[in-house]
Amino acid sequence: MKTSKTVRCMSFLFMFILLFLTTGCADNYIVLDPKGPIGEQQKDLMILSTLLTLIVIVPVLILTFVIVWRYRDREGRKAKYTPNWEHSTKLEIIWWGIPIIIITLIGIVTVRYTYSLEPSKPLESEKKPITIQVTNLDWKWLFQYPEQGIATVNYVQFPEDTPVRFEVTSDAPMNSFWIPQLGGQIYAMSGMSMTLYLQADEQGEYMGSGANFTGKEFAKMFFTANATSQEDFDQWVNQVKNTSPALTLDGYKELTKQGTSDVRYFSAFPEGLYEMTVTKYAASHNHGLSTRVQPPARVKE
Amino acid sequence: MWESVKEFASEFFVTGDPLIYGADVSIVLSIIAIVSVLTYFKKWGWLWREWLTTVDHKKIGIMYILASVLMLFRGGVDALLMRAQLVMPEMQFLSGDHYNQIFTTHGVIMILFMAMPLMFGLFNVIVPLQLGARDVAFPFLNALSFWLFFSGAMLFNLSFVIGGSPDAGWLAYPPYSELAFNPGPGQDFYIWGIQISGIGSLMTGINFIVTILKVRAPGMTLMKMPMFSWSVLSSCIAIVFAFPILTVTLALLFIDRYLGGHFFTLDGGGNPMMYINLIWMWGHPEVYIIVLPAFGIFSEIVATFSRKKLFGYKSMVFAMIIISVLSFLVWAHHFFTMGSGADVNAFFAVTTMLIAIPTGVKVFNWLFTMFRGKITFETPMLWTVGIIPNFVIGGMTGVLLSVAPADFQYHNSYFLIAHFHQVIIAGVVFGFFAGLYYWWPKIFGFKLNERIGRWAFWLWNIGFYLCFMPQYALGLMGMTRRIYTYGWDKGWFEMNLVSTIGAVIMGAAFLVQIWDIAHSIKHMKRDTTGDPWNARTLEWSIPSPAPFYNFAVMPQVTSQDDWHERKLRIEQGLEKPAKVALEPIHMPKNSGIPIVMSMFWFFVGFGLIFDWLWMAVPGFIGVIACMVVHSFNYDTDYYVTVEEIKRTEAEAGRVIT
Repeated sequence: MKTSKTVRCMSFLFMFILLFLTTGCADNYIVLDPKGPIGEQQKDLMILSTLLTLIVIVPVLILTFVIVWRYRDREGRKAKYTPNWEHSTKLEIIWWGIPIIIITLIGIVTVRYTYSLEPSKPLESEKKPITIQVTNLDWKWLFQYPEQGIATVNYVQFPEDTPVRFEVTSDAPMNSFWIPQLGGQIYAMSGMSMTLYLQADEQGEYMGSGANFTGKEFAKMFFTANATSQEDFDQWVNQVKNTSPALTLDGYKELTKQGTSDVRYFSAFPEGLYEMTVTKYAASHNHGLSTRVQPPARVKE
Repeated sequence: MWESVKEFASEFFVTGDPLIYGADVSIVLSIIAIVSVLTYFKKWGWLWREWLTTVDHKKIGIMYILASVLMLFRGGVDALLMRAQLVMPEMQFLSGDHYNQIFTTHGVIMILFMAMPLMFGLFNVIVPLQLGARDVAFPFLNALSFWLFFSGAMLFNLSFVIGGSPDAGWLAYPPYSELAFNPGPGQDFYIWGIQISGIGSLMTGINFIVTILKVRAPGMTLMKMPMFSWSVLSSCIAIVFAFPILTVTLALLFIDRYLGGHFFTLDGGGNPMMYINLIWMWGHPEVYIIVLPAFGIFSEIVATFSRKKLFGYKSMVFAMIIISVLSFLVWAHHFFTMGSGADVNAFFAVTTMLIAIPTGVKVFNWLFTMFRGKITFETPMLWTVGIIPNFVIGGMTGVLLSVAPADFQYHNSYFLIAHFHQVIIAGVVFGFFAGLYYWWPKIFGFKLNERIGRWAFWLWNIGFYLCFMPQYALGLMGMTRRIYTYGWDKGWFEMNLVSTIGAVIMGAAFLVQIWDIAHSIKHMKRDTTGDPWNARTLEWSIPSPAPFYNFAVMPQVTSQDDWHERKLRIEQGLEKPAKVALEPIHMPKNSGIPIVMSMFWFFVGFGLIFDWLWMAVPGFIGVIACMVVHSFNYDTDYYVTVEEIKRTEAEAGRVIT
């Protein structure tokens, strides 16, 4: 009697978990609610790999419950008992085989996507990509727009439907730059400039954060990524240009000091500031992903 | 004078936090309590002779287990403090600094000072018994390993009240862990605490490889060896390859911090990436080091409580060896998002996934051990059955994480936190719990209470699912690890609340287990059979607890599950307990050198942390002196007389003529 109670409790628990995973407000699952092509493909890949693994997992879970239930020791049971049965080549081939097949499938999918989603690979688009240079500071994000000549802190705006080429570096301990709804993150590291292409297909304000721990107030490194129409973007750039102070070299040094920051706008920044930040740490290095090496963009004519 | 003392004390001791003052008081009170109890009952001599200087693998194992339970308590309190801070948005319970210290110590303590010693404890008490051996290959080294672990752990724990805890995460990535960003002594406590205990771990690895390969009972070929011993062997091989990497990595970090080196700083030509590669070359095998023995435990328990031979023995052994080799080829999956490029990411993604194959095979083999068995659900088996779905789900999320381009979204999020807690708690901690419940009667001579044990099992499991399932969801909601606070606008409140409730339930489960132990001691029913579970391997053929020389007569092994086969033969009247001539047994003598030498190591570490060479240099001289003294010690062994063996066996209820 006791054993059956155990099994009943187990199956109850399992159903409870399933219930738990399937309820809740769907809007909150921002990783599964992407608004750009990169996030979209990553979501597809997450779902595909989940389904493939479920092919193995679900039968195993069912098998577990069936076996535990059927072969529990109790009075007058009819199930077979074979205490010395310890080998079956056929069965062994089956369960070495099935995982090998599933893993091969996931492996093939993964390798293909690893190449096609390589973060420094330009996105196919009719529009020319916009470049935004991101610097991780203690404990704030600095965004520079080399083409527009403006800079911001803890706020980034860009036009929708346009590939954004984020160049990411760090002037502090390494962090990771992440806008979940647009696509995966990339590390911000001193002495190298990493490239991450993202794009927003819809207008909207998206949450961005620092995903790698950098010390005391790292939890305050949230920022807003705002995708707007091209006109709104141009207007915003003009507004920043006309109404905000310029970022000077001293002002930058001030920013690098430890501390959190509100959203700030700058109408200009020192020429080559980003390159200076990268090279001051990279005097003796030349990483493959440095800004100087620009892969040819696949812009459709 | 007074002013300078005050200034020193305010820097030396951690001040300003009521939680820490509370801890200070309780530490002082418990030290006073321990000292006075020992003095009152005149137990100092007993403590020194019987425990502190012992080289008996069973006693060393018990000390490991005791230390790890204490560390589980401390790491668990850390976890509850963190969950309390995250229970709702904009919580003001802990400051950012304090939170960072707590998650760092939680990680280090749980992996290195809880899981590792619990594992070593089980190695120590069980492996020689399973092999039919009198002791491990190097008993003195074994004692030294324990005391090095212990002094490293104490050093690390001290940082909490003296000098300040490390706060750079459990793997201390530079540049954040370098002097420029992390000037206090906390990070040096991290380096030396782990370094000293790491030497002990490496020596344990060597010791058990030699033990398993060289001191098995006559007739026990490798392919007749119990599965737990196989898992220990594969885990120890990984230890021997992985721990030297850790030692060197931490030494280089120390050189950076103490001598102004530039191994991991960009100025001066170093590179933090090198550290990240090195630490994961140790860190990834490390998780397999702790999980492999748990696989061994499941295999023993499944066979015993299904009353059936382990299914697919050879394929189990093969799978374990593949896992321990593959574990060295996957480290870069911890940083898919650091710009290694598609070639590297593709390689490491695929090698990572491959591990799922042998692991999955093991699960199938456990299932088919139960298939056509007679399963009973005593606590050890209950844990084992409960672990299967849990571990399978954890393994599945592991495969999901290994899909490199998708990992760009999972990385550093709570999805990852949920995954590794699921494999480490469900796989490792629950596995070791199963082992503890299983071997408890062999270690202490009485069973734990089944009813309270069931309570603990259910509380742990329900608490676990409540705590970590919401964290998968939080990861998909974009919550990143290690943040100490978040806003109401994020929508993370409900899931965090549930998660904290789950953590509290797990805390309660731990207390129930302690109650289980206390209750079982009080209402102890001595196990007189030596084999309360009707088990299959050699450790159950001798009295419980095992006499200090383990086997009065060396067993002669003829088959797998030798004890089970022997019981069958006796039952069928094919074999009668043979008359044997007892012979004097060769045993190692106790030694005070391991504990003294480890104390000197403690001084070396403490001195270097605070840059007090007046303490570090004599400490180091002490270490060398201990080595010299031991190398001139020729009086290290003795013989147990036949009379004493007879007397001991008779006391355990066995008469051997």
